Amino acid sequence: MSNFDLSVIIDNLPFLWQGLQLSLFLTLLAIIGGIILGTFLALMRLSGIAPLSLAAAGYVNLIRSVPLILVIFWFYFLVPLALGRPIGGFYSALIAFVMFEAAYYSEIIRAGIQSVRKGQVQAGQATGLSYWQIQRYIVLPQAFRNMIPILVTQGIILFQDTSLVFVVSLRDFMTVSSIVARTEGRLAEMYVFAAIVYFVICFAGSLFVRHLQKAKTT
Amino acid sequence: MNYNWNWGVLFEEEYLSWLISGVGWTFAVALVAWVLALAIGVLIGVGRTLPSKPIAIICTTYVELFRNVPLLVQLFLWYFVMPEVLPDDLGRWMKRDMPNPEYVTAVIGLGLYTASRIAEQVRAGILAVGHGLTSAAYANGFSTAQTYRYVLLPISFRLIVPPMTSEFLTIFKNSSLALTIGLLELTAQSQQIAEYTFQGFEAFTAATVIYVIIALGATIIAQVLEKYTKIPGFVGKG
Repeated sequence: MSNFDLSVIIDNLPFLWQGLQLSLFLTLLAIIGGIILGTFLALMRLSGIAPLSLAAAGYVNLIRSVPLILVIFWFYFLVPLALGRPIGGFYSALIAFVMFEAAYYSEIIRAGIQSVRKGQVQAGQATGLSYWQIQRYIVLPQAFRNMIPILVTQGIILFQDTSLVFVVSLRDFMTVSSIVARTEGRLAEMYVFAAIVYFVICFAGSLFVRHLQKAKTT
Repeated sequence: MNYNWNWGVLFEEEYLSWLISGVGWTFAVALVAWVLALAIGVLIGVGRTLPSKPIAIICTTYVELFRNVPLLVQLFLWYFVMPEVLPDDLGRWMKRDMPNPEYVTAVIGLGLYTASRIAEQVRAGILAVGHGLTSAAYANGFSTAQTYRYVLLPISFRLIVPPMTSEFLTIFKNSSLALTIGLLELTAQSQQIAEYTFQGFEAFTAATVIYVIIALGATIIAQVLEKYTKIPGFVGKG
């Protein structure tokens, strides 16, 4: 520990920054995709139409029972097979994350939709709005406002989860840190540095969530 | 989609014994880490609610530290960095002579990480009991220890049974991360079978089905447990 060498980090900063950018980009796209797909799953589940709600419930419960790493392996194997040609690792990972996180987002969004009072929906129906108009203009805007802190928390978890693309060697921040650690023979420096970077980003995110929660209650 | 199905591969040797051994390691990691996580998580969670400021700060720091660093990074820190940081003799022993280093590291890493999540549930449970009962206990002349022992803990432990069930399931899923330090648990074994046989569909299906069975089993146990631990009148508050 006495010879903790910071120069290895400084020398490799551009490479590490590329990895961090990929992690953040993957997180952002997976959040957007996960929320969109999750909203549809939640609407399916609450639609009152048995085949739709059963299919959505089955999907959500299946995904929530298996580890993310297994889901990543699944899509790395399935996506090229289904398309008949190899696509980049990034897209396979992105699809895996969207499909996986959508299950978790849909549970959050379902609770959010149920938190909107029934009278609101009835008022919409009384005004002659269609199902989609009620969802679009009345239920979802209110639901999402209530959910913002939890959605951000899930986003922080998702950011941590992106480190798992390490198992398929996609060059995110974690994989890049590990490449530097091995080629330079500086495991201690690199993994401690990676931990600090993840901690700073995630802790800042959780402080932001606390701020949002306070803003909501006052 | 061109694919040659061969479900029989799952029942051929050695692949069948790979799967079985994978399930064994998954259980071995998850269950032992769970015991560790429960013990530490309860202590930390209780600590955060204590009137003593220094203890509360230490416990809060623990939770923030372990929650805000990805589990994968934590496992690497325990596995690759710990032996370097420790005194030379101990570090050398960890690298060369410690039996089953992947397993021990996975249990410690997963256990300490899950402890931070359990601590949050325990804290939430204690806070959910409410001020009224705590004040009543103090008014009756209970000490802090007695208040926890006879009022707060018995109620809060029963309140947090449902969220703890989902933590129990999560520890099984998170045990798959042990493959990153070379432990051949269930997910790793299915990946290995996929690589050896090119029967990815069958291999991953087998692992998926086993994880689903574990989840179903845990859910059934949870429902029984919830039925016996539910506190009438507290329902819906916890």
